[in-house]
Amino acid sequence: MSSGPVSKTNSPLPKGFFAGIEEGVVNWIADWGAVTLDFVQAVGELTLFTLRTFAWLFGRLPKRETLLPIFYQVGVMSLPVVALTGTFIGMVLAVQSYFQFHQLGLETRLGAVINMSLVRELGPVLAATMLAGRVGSAMAAELGTMRVTEQIDALSAMGANPIHHLVVPRFLACVMLIPALTIMADFMGFVGGFFYSDIILGIDKHHYLYNSQQFVGTWDVFTGIFKSFFFGATIALISCHRGFTCTPGAEGVGRAATAAFVYSFVFILIIDLVLGITLDSVYMTLWPDHRASF
Amino acid sequence: MHARLEDLDQPPIIEVENLSVQFDNHLVLRDLSLIVPRGQTLAIIGESGCGKTVLLKTLIGLIQPSEGEARFEQQNLQQLSDRELTKQRTRFGFVFQNAALFDSMTVGQNIAFPLKQHTQKPLDEIREIVYALLAEVGLPDSIVWKKPAELSGGMRKRVGLARALALNPEVMLYDEPTTGLDPIVSDVINELMLRTRSKYPVTSIIVTHDMRTARKVADRVVMMYPFARLEEDEPQILFDGPPERLNDFPDRRVTQFVNGEAGERLMEMRQAAAG
Repeated sequence: MSSGPVSKTNSPLPKGFFAGIEEGVVNWIADWGAVTLDFVQAVGELTLFTLRTFAWLFGRLPKRETLLPIFYQVGVMSLPVVALTGTFIGMVLAVQSYFQFHQLGLETRLGAVINMSLVRELGPVLAATMLAGRVGSAMAAELGTMRVTEQIDALSAMGANPIHHLVVPRFLACVMLIPALTIMADFMGFVGGFFYSDIILGIDKHHYLYNSQQFVGTWDVFTGIFKSFFFGATIALISCHRGFTCTPGAEGVGRAATAAFVYSFVFILIIDLVLGITLDSVYMTLWPDHRASF
Repeated sequence: MHARLEDLDQPPIIEVENLSVQFDNHLVLRDLSLIVPRGQTLAIIGESGCGKTVLLKTLIGLIQPSEGEARFEQQNLQQLSDRELTKQRTRFGFVFQNAALFDSMTVGQNIAFPLKQHTQKPLDEIREIVYALLAEVGLPDSIVWKKPAELSGGMRKRVGLARALALNPEVMLYDEPTTGLDPIVSDVINELMLRTRSKYPVTSIIVTHDMRTARKVADRVVMMYPFARLEEDEPQILFDGPPERLNDFPDRRVTQFVNGEAGERLMEMRQAAAG
């Protein structure tokens, strides 16, 4: 970056002082400009990629033999890790909340707190995080390797559209199966929390369950599952896009896999916040009388 | 010339007109023009990085030119709809440099892929075609259940050739078909390319830097030169003619490549590296 003309003044400041500042400011603006341009370009590319995926999604569905192995990988193979994470999160919530609630003598309210947190937030976000880590990175690495080894070009050369063959099945698998994984995380979290509260902490199980039932409503469960569809779509689109735009070499594939997880996770959190606010507004509009239910 | 006389009266099957390809700020092809008559076997030679593979991929619409046109049967590929481009691509067979077989599929599924994709043939018939194609490239039936990772380089190339032949293409595009193979297997691939040409009425374009392949298989050789080494306004194609004319061609850059002589190149590289 050029430094621009050097100012000639009789200032007591060292020679080239203003030129140094000018250069610094110009470089700073240029750096931010480059970052902004890169960001706008990346968003534009991802948007086009999403539109092309939707265009194929509403056309011809992929064949059953293409869909099934991907559904198996995304759904069935993710179940154990999601179940395990859910169980531990339920127990951890019980451990962390017990002390405060015990001091107030409200131990039996733990059920409401644990299960409300689980179905509204932790269940869907954890299931999505595990899916992004387990499946998203693998998809980016697989598609990235296919890009690098010209397999994606080979698909195109044989008159098969790569978006239709590779992205649509993965998108469908993530969107259709993440609700099931979320329900699994919710359920195992409930089991873990209940197990720890009842057996280890010795909380009265009847009141624990009664409070859970009183405070956790259908809307709360719906909220979590509804959000999960968006999480699934985000994971599939970002991971596949990272794979498709993978740079050559082992390093490129590694970067694509890491970026798939990091970007998916950041987007999951952003979407979680936006949908959380939106769904609360919807709830308050639909049922204004239930505002103070918790 | 192996192109049949009746084919020479027909309009060319592939035309490239004033083609330029640029990636970001890096120009790879500049104002390149080329006409390929139906039935011809053309070898495109040149050193690594001169844009041979880019040209080959542009011919099938895998890379978009920044200027100029690549036409197949007078149709500009860049102006075709997705559906029409897909249809036209089934008339090509592309053999990739490293075969580009689908890792997740078996050899049989790889060869059957274009058949399942574009034909309504029953499974039994597809199976028969797969076995026939394997026999054609000299591979045993037992290989159908193997994954590409279990095969040697030569076998992968032959499976890639079988897959490319599955839809009886009118144009075969070979990207460095003998690179990385031992001399015997390289010649097996040369023989297979010759056999393909004699058995099917195909037009073939072979991108290679293997002079043995160019001399043995091609009717016509085009030599490209890296854009960065050219003078201003100098054409990127240095040689265009029958392989027999390569040896006594007056341009030293052509003979240097054909005979595999480094000349002053190492000195240039060292000077460039030193800054």
